[in-house]
Amino acid sequence: MSNNLRFKTSKFIDETYRVSFKFNNKTYFGFKGDTLASALLANGIHLVGRSFKYHRPRGIMTSGSEEPNAIIQLHDNSSRTEPNVRATEVEIYEGLVASSQNCWPSVNFDIGGINNLLSPILPAGFYYKTFMWPASFWEKYEYFIRKSAGLGKSPKVVDPDIYEHNYIHCDVLVIGAGISGIMAAKMAAKNGFKTLLVDEKSYLGGSSIYDNSEFSKINNQLTSSWLEKEINEISKLENLEIKIRTSVAAYHGYNFLLARESLTDHLPINQRDNKVRHRLLKIRAKKVITATGSIERPLIFDNNDRPGILLSSAIKKYIDLYGVACGENNVLFTNNDTAYETAMSLIQRGIRINAIIDNREQVDSKICYEVEKNNIKIYKGFSVVDTYGYRRINKISIMKLSKDGQTVIGDKTKLTCDCLGLSGGWTPAVHLFTQSGGKLKFREEDQVFIPDVYPSDQISIGSCNGDFGLNEIIKNTLSSLKKFLNIDNSEYKTLEIISGLNQSKRNIWLLPSDKTIGKTKSFVDYQNDATSKDIKLALREGFRSIEHVKRYTTTGMGTDQGKLGNMHALGIISETAGTKMGEHGTTTFRPPYTPLTFGTIVGRNVGEFFDVFRRTPIHDWHVKNSAEFENVGQWKRAWYYPKENENMYQAVQRESKAARDSAGILDASTLGKIDIQGTDASEFLNRVYTNAWSKLAVGKCRYGLMLNEDGMVYDDGVTTRLGENHYIMTTTTGGAANVLGKLEDYLQTEWPELDVYLSSVTDHYATISVCGPNSKKIVSKVIPDLDYSDEKFPHMSFKNAKIGNIKCRVMRISFTGEQSYEINIQANFGKSVWEKCMDAGKDFNITPYGTETMHLLRAEKGFIIVGQDTDATLTPIDLQMDWIVSKKKYDFIGKRSLYRSDTIREDRKQLVGLLTENPEEVLEEGAQIVSDVKKSPIEMLGHVTSSYYSPNLKKSIALGVVKSGKNLLGQKLIIPMENKNINVIVADPVFFDKEGKRLNA
Amino acid sequence: MFLINCPFCGEREQSEFKAGGEAHIVRPKQPTELSDDEWAEYLFMRKNIKGVQFERWNHIHGCRKWFNMARDTSNDQIKAVYKMGEKPPVK
Ligand SMILES: [Zn+2]
Repeated sequence: MSNNLRFKTSKFIDETYRVSFKFNNKTYFGFKGDTLASALLANGIHLVGRSFKYHRPRGIMTSGSEEPNAIIQLHDNSSRTEPNVRATEVEIYEGLVASSQNCWPSVNFDIGGINNLLSPILPAGFYYKTFMWPASFWEKYEYFIRKSAGLGKSPKVVDPDIYEHNYIHCDVLVIGAGISGIMAAKMAAKNGFKTLLVDEKSYLGGSSIYDNSEFSKINNQLTSSWLEKEINEISKLENLEIKIRTSVAAYHGYNFLLARESLTDHLPINQRDNKVRHRLLKIRAKKVITATGSIERPLIFDNNDRPGILLSSAIKKYIDLYGVACGENNVLFTNNDTAYETAMSLIQRGIRINAIIDNREQVDSKICYEVEKNNIKIYKGFSVVDTYGYRRINKISIMKLSKDGQTVIGDKTKLTCDCLGLSGGWTPAVHLFTQSGGKLKFREEDQVFIPDVYPSDQISIGSCNGDFGLNEIIKNTLSSLKKFLNIDNSEYKTLEIISGLNQSKRNIWLLPSDKTIGKTKSFVDYQNDATSKDIKLALREGFRSIEHVKRYTTTGMGTDQGKLGNMHALGIISETAGTKMGEHGTTTFRPPYTPLTFGTIVGRNVGEFFDVFRRTPIHDWHVKNSAEFENVGQWKRAWYYPKENENMYQAVQRESKAARDSAGILDASTLGKIDIQGTDASEFLNRVYTNAWSKLAVGKCRYGLMLNEDGMVYDDGVTTRLGENHYIMTTTTGGAANVLGKLEDYLQTEWPELDVYLSSVTDHYATISVCGPNSKKIVSKVIPDLDYSDEKFPHMSFKNAKIGNIKCRVMRISFTGEQSYEINIQANFGKSVWEKCMDAGKDFNITPYGTETMHLLRAEKGFIIVGQDTDATLTPIDLQMDWIVSKKKYDFIGKRSLYRSDTIREDRKQLVGLLTENPEEVLEEGAQIVSDVKKSPIEMLGHVTSSYYSPNLKKSIALGVVKSGKNLLGQKLIIPMENKNINVIVADPVFFDKEGKRLNA
Repeated sequence: MFLINCPFCGEREQSEFKAGGEAHIVRPKQPTELSDDEWAEYLFMRKNIKGVQFERWNHIHGCRKWFNMARDTSNDQIKAVYKMGEKPPVK
């Protein structure tokens, strides 16, 4: 540690607590209270990374969340590794490990640096222009670009940290704990508002907390001392909650905000176990006070990006807060008074200032006179035109500015320095305000955008509202807060404020150079290496909107969203195009204000909670019997039950055969079940299904097809009439929630006169379907008290029954074409009844089958699966299901659409059966269907929707949709595959037991 | 994220609701008597305006009731919520 750079007098640094850390594999020391940036600077390290495009050496530029350059990889090669972390925000702790990004093989020698020499041929839009053509070249470039570009490495293993989400409700949220934020929090809390104060930093007070200048005083006390007492006072207020290390990421409408509270990032790794790392706060505030301060602007001139060039305010903060000098030979370059505050801080510590370069001709505030009195040379009306030094600045050259500021004149003077502070004035941090939907206005006199129209109950105060002098900040903060909170008592009766600063500024967005612009590199966006030249090129090429210029040049597109340079980009555009500021729009700041890790965003929704799934009451049995599962909607459904070494195909063939030869059992609990009651229930069903329902007798079941109003098939299922005014409807597994929603919609909005009530009872019942020639024998063993004769209990009917004392419903309905019985029983008895059935079926080789076998069996029967054989483009007529569309009913949902000019076309895609010429060949679902492979382009007639090898028919069967399919029966079509064409014959979609004899066998 | 004042439950967060498209489009009582064009007008044509728009919303994770909302699409301000069948209380 260089003793020349550290001043052990800061009360924010604990000099008794030494902390060691590693940067680029070398060990350094800092103190508790340091950020990684301040500790590196104390060690004389400025060069911390390489720029994104040209790989230019870059140093620490700022002292906060606006940092564009010093973005590093934290925790090398560990599960916690994190890219793009701002060294200026990382609080150091014992054992911290960090390294530079964007450089290979090392930060001091970087291969990509060659891009800097190639920069004349790497203008804005270079990537777009070059790699667009020829397309095949992209693959060749890509390897090199990916290796040399990119921002850091993402972690490759599971994040070990815990994250959580919290909701907070408050009367007043104050964002930013600078001087105006502290005052706001005190006034709100003392006047009975439940208040939350958040600040992204680890301390309260903002930049005023280290303002020890004699030139800005409150009640004759140093600003820092006065503010310290205020902070002390508010920390005792009961009505006020204070959260530090809490960065507001997003400000949405209706005063809904997201903030990240960082809880362990400042702790040594071994103290983080079992603690929450970040908390994502979801804040709903009645009123929001934004006091986010302002960000100092850099100045835009040739080579303004070398390590050792910092914002002037950052130099001041490193000295006053961390006790760290950024250089031993300083030069400040400014267009306003604030750099003189930095000068006074340096003078107080006895740090050398070689010169101050001031764009202004006239410098006449108290603080400037004081600096001059200390024998500091001030070059008034001058500008820096170039800088020198590769890994660290060592010289600058300056020239006199012409009267209009458009050119530089006279001789070039060279000055040595190892640190250059820039002050281009201040940009209000309006990011959150604009995120909330606020409209900005442009203030000509000092060239800033400030809040104008508030979209919700909120206010901006302090320098984010464009008040920069201490006097204006305090005066305006008090008056606007009184109005905003509707209070008389401000808590601040007599505040006497002394401010030695003047607000004069000479704003020149792009400083002139003695070189032509083509020969300069004046960086506007440091992180993305966008220069003034790039912006001018974009304008020359015809881009006008700031949003287009931004994308073309990548200005403001980095992880810092251009917090430093966006204003200059706007300024250069308006100067070049000769338009007014704001005329081209201001760029949109999007959440998050600073990047969030994915962990913070997902919170506890990781692992098994990432996407929770629903289990049937029989799930555990399936698991125990080695079922493979498939996801259907949110459900886990048993897919097939492989035995020993069976693969899926073998298992499904065995299950399908067993179900037709003797008996199969299926867990159908996931089917949607809607209980429908009311005196108009029959009429309601008449209106929602395509077929007629009024004449369905009590105790009978009927299959129904539901359409959308556009005539397309929406859902299907069997509905049973339980009583005169009582039905139970089943829906597809995936469609259950939507069907209920749709029915409710019609009931509440179109037919409120109908007396009908709907309840979802899907979870209330377990549904066990036993099918096959022996199903009757099995079910009659489980439920002996029923008459199973075809006369008393025919196909498509239902009976109330009991298993022991437990009531259940038995439906004789079939989705397989076999005789089957469906037992519906209270969910918690599902598993035991399933086991009873298994037991009863032992002698009949009862075989549990999953969804895959169910699909195969129904395909043999040509039954559709909504969503597999249909998409939202098929009518019942297209599906050859004309029989289910009532001709007599006056109306039902979708009826009118069935004879629109488009739906009656003969050449619509229609569902057909497909048989391969070679019966052993199984088609691929989704494969295209054509008739002529020689014609170019080949006409696509349709595609295969379902395809299986049928063990019962001993041949391959498929369903598909084909243009004019109904008329192609018996004709040959072709399925072109990657390396062969497969011939198929169009067939009837019902392949098995067309007469339905097996239902009553 | 809006705060929506459900006419049946009171103020709740938007995540409890589902938007259901334009309001005040009445399903024709006698669809069979409509021409293709008239039916298409009902079926497909929807407004997409910048300004106050009348919408249907469903308190899907609450009372499951449908209701109407007048919302300014340019700034998401909710001008009114009102029950199905009621006339919009704002213009
Ligand atoms: Zn409700």
